[in-house]
Amino acid sequence: MSAVLPSSPHVHGPNAVSKVMHQVSLALIPALIAYTWLFGWGVVLNVLIAATVALASEALVLKLRDRPVMATLADGSALVTALLLAIALPPLAPWWLTTLGVAFAIILAKQLYGGLGYNPFNPAMIGYVVLLISFPLEMTSWLAPGELREGALSFAGAVSYVFTGNLPGMTGLDSLTMATPLDTMKTQLGLELTLNEITASSVFGELGGTGWEVVNGLILLGGLFLLFRRIISWHVPVAMLSSLFLASGLFHLINPDHYAGPLFHLFSGGAMLGAFFIATDPVSGATSDKGRLWFGAGVGLLTFIIRTWGGYPDGVAFSVLLMNMAAPTIDYYTQPRVFGHKRG
Amino acid sequence: MSRKLWHFPGGLHLPDNKAMSTGRPSGQSAIPQRLIIPLQQHIGAPAKPLVAVGDRVLKGEMLAKPEGYVSAPVHASSSGTVLAIEEHPVPHPSGLSAPCIIIETDGEDRWAELAPHPDYRQLDPSELRNIIRDAGIVGLGGAGFPAFIKLNPGSRVAIDTLILNGAECEPYITCDDMLMRERAEEVIYGARIMRHALQAKQCLIGIEDNKPEALAAIQDALAHIDDKSIEAVQVPTRYPTGGEKQLIKILTGKEVPSQGLPIDIGIVCHNVATAASVHRAVDLGEPLISRLVTITGHGAAEPQNVEVRIGTPIAGLLEQAGGVNTAPHRLLMGGPMMGFELKNAELPVIKTTNCLLLASAEDSPERGPGRACIRCGACAEVCPALLLPQQIYWYARAKDFDKAQDYNLFDCIECGCCAYVCPSNLPLVQYYRFAKTEIWAQERDKKAADKARERHEFRVFRQDREKEERAAKHKAKAKAVKKNSDEDTKKAAIQAAMERAKAKREAAGIEPKNTENLTEAQRQQIAEAEERRQAMKDQNTSSTAKKEANEE
Repeated sequence: MSAVLPSSPHVHGPNAVSKVMHQVSLALIPALIAYTWLFGWGVVLNVLIAATVALASEALVLKLRDRPVMATLADGSALVTALLLAIALPPLAPWWLTTLGVAFAIILAKQLYGGLGYNPFNPAMIGYVVLLISFPLEMTSWLAPGELREGALSFAGAVSYVFTGNLPGMTGLDSLTMATPLDTMKTQLGLELTLNEITASSVFGELGGTGWEVVNGLILLGGLFLLFRRIISWHVPVAMLSSLFLASGLFHLINPDHYAGPLFHLFSGGAMLGAFFIATDPVSGATSDKGRLWFGAGVGLLTFIIRTWGGYPDGVAFSVLLMNMAAPTIDYYTQPRVFGHKRG
Repeated sequence: MSRKLWHFPGGLHLPDNKAMSTGRPSGQSAIPQRLIIPLQQHIGAPAKPLVAVGDRVLKGEMLAKPEGYVSAPVHASSSGTVLAIEEHPVPHPSGLSAPCIIIETDGEDRWAELAPHPDYRQLDPSELRNIIRDAGIVGLGGAGFPAFIKLNPGSRVAIDTLILNGAECEPYITCDDMLMRERAEEVIYGARIMRHALQAKQCLIGIEDNKPEALAAIQDALAHIDDKSIEAVQVPTRYPTGGEKQLIKILTGKEVPSQGLPIDIGIVCHNVATAASVHRAVDLGEPLISRLVTITGHGAAEPQNVEVRIGTPIAGLLEQAGGVNTAPHRLLMGGPMMGFELKNAELPVIKTTNCLLLASAEDSPERGPGRACIRCGACAEVCPALLLPQQIYWYARAKDFDKAQDYNLFDCIECGCCAYVCPSNLPLVQYYRFAKTEIWAQERDKKAADKARERHEFRVFRQDREKEERAAKHKAKAKAVKKNSDEDTKKAAIQAAMERAKAKREAAGIEPKNTENLTEAQRQQIAEAEERRQAMKDQNTSSTAKKEANEE
């Protein structure tokens, strides 16, 4: 199809994939800063390691596939995957954990399928789930947020731990870590404690977990920025958050002692990140507006189901991957009415 | 005065770059030395030449007549001599050559005798259509569909609304704008004739709100002519408002059915320039031999509109119209969204040449690097046909044409909005054109194959039938032969026996007795008896022969 002369249109708007990706990265920055502020330097190390590994592994595969390396790296998609995974990892993850997750995401979940645009699953979530299943201990060793932590962890300390596993001048990691709010909620609900007893703990703040709610709030802010810049459409976030809200609200109404409230669900774990940054990934999601509503609603509902009755405290990653599988079917059944065709 | 308007889905706000070419009043191009007049400047069959090389032709004389129903004649746009009838490169996306009549002009520009019809009301619609057809009028908005066909509603539908398309939504192009500004009455007169031909209840002239001067001129002319059935309507500027289906939706709220025509919903849509040429054809008797052409873009030294004779070579025209800037540029025919690139300027202006865009890097910047589709759906947001361009692209690329059709590929109007917004810089429209062409080719092949199969099946059937017929004939014949041969053998056996006896007698020399010494009288008697016998024998044989002949 090498036409002699270029076909119309002969003009092009300002849109570009690299611009889209850079805006997504930009939108994550406020949340990353707050995350670092609350959970320490480990977050920065995660981001640096993830970004380096993502770019390096993408470059490696592109070279092996004999594709243009620099032009493709410039699209910014590897960086987005790195950032998303870095923000989802525990703040003090050992270097090899981050490396493994990101390399798996980029090499297997993205490039082996053909690179950007061809991956059926969200690469960051594949990386995350691989780590969660393979290294449950490391993946659940979360630092406590700053205000709940005994003693500070210096930048040097974080570097030392991430790269060598040693914490200088300290007894061990245990003194710094704690279970995440979602984890706590799940365990203690399992112990037949009522919701009021559980949330009395300092782990819980106004909406979600202490500290966590701030990070989630800033992710929401970043998401609104993307909506405002028309990088994402409202369909997925609205559908996902409302279905999570409605499902958790319904059960909370039925049994307020046993089911956490809807706001707790929205502002804990990966709900906000999932709604605005993960489930909105156009490549692996549904493509029509109607399809996106179904897709988002499915992610929200599955998240609630997994959180409430599943084996893991959070379910956003699994839900997104499950809905990724359903996306082609959703697309097939949600084609919009074409102009000049009969309604219905 | 404010009329209810509707919206069409999708679309874009584009920088219109129209002011560039509206600063000067429209000019008139000079008579070129040579006119290159293609036989096909319209949708349909090429016209059939009526002139021969060496003929003198007058301005307005028909050079070639329509061939079949969907076709249009072409006329000499100035007087001169037919120099050649041969293949010449023509403005077409394919860049190929096509048969053209080439005229060496004599500079006299002498008109042929014209037959004006001062009062169109005296003519019935079919007479009007014949005049319009013989004037070679085709859609001047760019499609070039013979106008008389779109003025023939047939008996099946009553036409409610005639829409004149003065939207001109493509950036850069201003020929309709300038026509409405400078020759508004011509448009209105044409509208009245068209309305009469269609027996339409009302006529709406849709004009985008970035052309207030044109709207004012039309409204002024309407007030002057005082025709209450024609109304100028201002519509919002949004590409592609000038698309037929889109403008109909905006003005009437109705959607032209997929694969259908506006006439199916009682609407007919013509371009304003077509209307003006209908006026000239009917009221003045002038065939379509010239049109307004916008010459614009940052490559043009003096962007402007020019009334150009059909067949004028572009190179000379550009030179006349202020020349060309030195900055590198591409030559496009049509606008930047739907136009196509011309390989060189040796091509002639044809009936559908609305704009010559000398697109510099400023007008048509180099596309960024092409990337993979990320299914962002920006294309679906702007698609005026409500398609999912990302899905059609996917299937067109994979050459899964059935699936591409499932996603309604053929509802695509190739407006280019999807490719304009695509962040991956994909030449989407090119993929859709490719898929459509492939599907058409496949259908042609399939039709040819079906025909071949039908022929083959008929041949087999015919051969079988002939075989059977032959067999039946043989059988019948064999039966007849058998019947005949029974009688024949009997006869033959008798004859053979008789002959044998005769031979025996002759061999034995047996002769009748007492025949040596006979008197004269006796001999006479014997001879007479012999004669009688012979006569009787002859009679017998002939009757047998007759009998046999009858049996045959």
